[in-house]
Amino acid sequence: MTRRVRPVRQGTGPRPAARYALRAAALAVALALWQVLSGRDVDLWLRFSQFPTVADVARAFAGRVTGPDYWTDLTESLTRILTGFLLAAVLGVAAGVLVARSRLAEDLLGPLLEVVRPIPAIALVPVAILLFPSNEQGIVFITCAAAFFPVLVSTRHAVRALTPVWEEAVRTMGGGRWRVLATVVLPGALPGVFGGLSVGIGVSWICVISAEMISGQYGVGYRTWQDYTVVDYPGVFVGMITIGVLGWLTSTAVELLGRRLTRWLPRTSYVPGARPRTGRPAAPVSPAATAVPAGPAGPAGPEPEEARDEHLVRD
Amino acid sequence: MSTSSETEARAAAVPRPPARGTRLTLRAAALGRPDAPAVTGVDLDVAPGEILTVVGPSGCGKSTLLRTLAGLLPPLAGAVEQDGRPVDGPAADRALVFQDDALLPWRTLRANVELPLAFRGVPRAARREQAAAWLERVGLAAQAGQLPHRVSGGQRQRAQLARALAGRPRAVLMDEPFGALDAQTRAGMQELLVEVLHGTGATVVFVTHDVDEALFLGDRVALLGAGRLTAVRDVPRPRDRSAHDDPARVALRRDVLTSLGT
Repeated sequence: MTRRVRPVRQGTGPRPAARYALRAAALAVALALWQVLSGRDVDLWLRFSQFPTVADVARAFAGRVTGPDYWTDLTESLTRILTGFLLAAVLGVAAGVLVARSRLAEDLLGPLLEVVRPIPAIALVPVAILLFPSNEQGIVFITCAAAFFPVLVSTRHAVRALTPVWEEAVRTMGGGRWRVLATVVLPGALPGVFGGLSVGIGVSWICVISAEMISGQYGVGYRTWQDYTVVDYPGVFVGMITIGVLGWLTSTAVELLGRRLTRWLPRTSYVPGARPRTGRPAAPVSPAATAVPAGPAGPAGPEPEEARDEHLVRD
Repeated sequence: MSTSSETEARAAAVPRPPARGTRLTLRAAALGRPDAPAVTGVDLDVAPGEILTVVGPSGCGKSTLLRTLAGLLPPLAGAVEQDGRPVDGPAADRALVFQDDALLPWRTLRANVELPLAFRGVPRAARREQAAAWLERVGLAAQAGQLPHRVSGGQRQRAQLARALAGRPRAVLMDEPFGALDAQTRAGMQELLVEVLHGTGATVVFVTHDVDEALFLGDRVALLGAGRLTAVRDVPRPRDRSAHDDPARVALRRDVLTSLGT
């Protein structure tokens, strides 16, 4: 435990590159395995005979990317998710603050929100069809509903957990309700809010794709389902990969924005389980130091993010 | 309370510029939360420009007294007045300084000090200038751009002091502001407080559990215990380190310690 080392933030020479190589190699191995299993039509209990090979998928991908529909689908899906997610962010933060700060709002909105919250957003499809004149609006509604609750809940918790002296300090400086809101509540709740936003963007993707599969007319989810119904399996995989990459990019964007806006959070000056600084020492790193995973941090937990997100900032 | 005229005479004699301080009065006040009154029957008159220290064991209601004076907590009974007008809420007139962690952690020290100025509508450039001047005065010119968690506890308290005084309050209410500091830093902060207060004319109510601190800083010292205000005593030669061995001060210190039951 005594050999915690300060992370070296400046370029550490080949190390980040080595880690990149490792990641790329892991991906390559997975792809190679896929190619072998599907190329040789392996049929042990799991059946790969119908499975498209990596080469099939790559060919299909190349065809799609140069075709007309792919980019339309992509922008459709992105527009839907961004509209729904941004709406959810604004509404979720507003409702969360309101419920946390006002007893009246809590009494009025609380029961309603608690009853609607357990309903999976995708189960709202019939409601969306009844309510909205067009499919498009229905999909955005479902996406928004999906992200709304994680944002609401984490905002509510974050606002309730604010240190009371901050508010007392601002009030004794002559700050009223709105100043307390602007200078204490919103900035102070931001770390928690971003926890909710990170969860929300993930759930949003699930719901936008599902909703597109049910009722879309363009969009990555719609296309993937279409390919499935016409037995175009490489096309299905192209859709899945597209969803994966888009989801990854958007959640990374949320994460980066969150880190940027909450840079004031005190962070530990060392990375738990970080690699040693200079040349791998012969002495093994104590298990306690390496065992601390850079695993999923609590939404608002500031410290482990340092480790979890290092690939975002350093590499 | 019977000595307020004496105190005023002394406050007038002290070479302070025209008092901008305010008179704070509690009359037959009961303080605390509705379900748990902490102190009852408080009669206290804090003269303009005076430094009144309040000592008492932890949990005796010192912070409650201060929050009531600040207007954060309405009195359960009796009256709280500022210059004869009832206090009905917090105001920039009465700044509160807390023990620790009251700086907004997402704002640099400078931005924290600028906050009360912004609330008063001071234009940006003037705000910047005044905040810099205050930070300079408390010896934090070099740390102005730092976030609170990047500086030491003593520096945070100095920044808090600067923030409280930047709003030009007429009363400064201090809730064990040096309670979390080590003895040496604490002595330094006491000197700084005296120096910085000089010239503001602000009335100060300073809560502490440290009797020596109370006797050094206060024109008068109020004793709080067992849910009541037990006594208010004049302090001989306040803010004079050499008065520590003054027989009158020694006697007072003994009295205070006895009545606090330590």
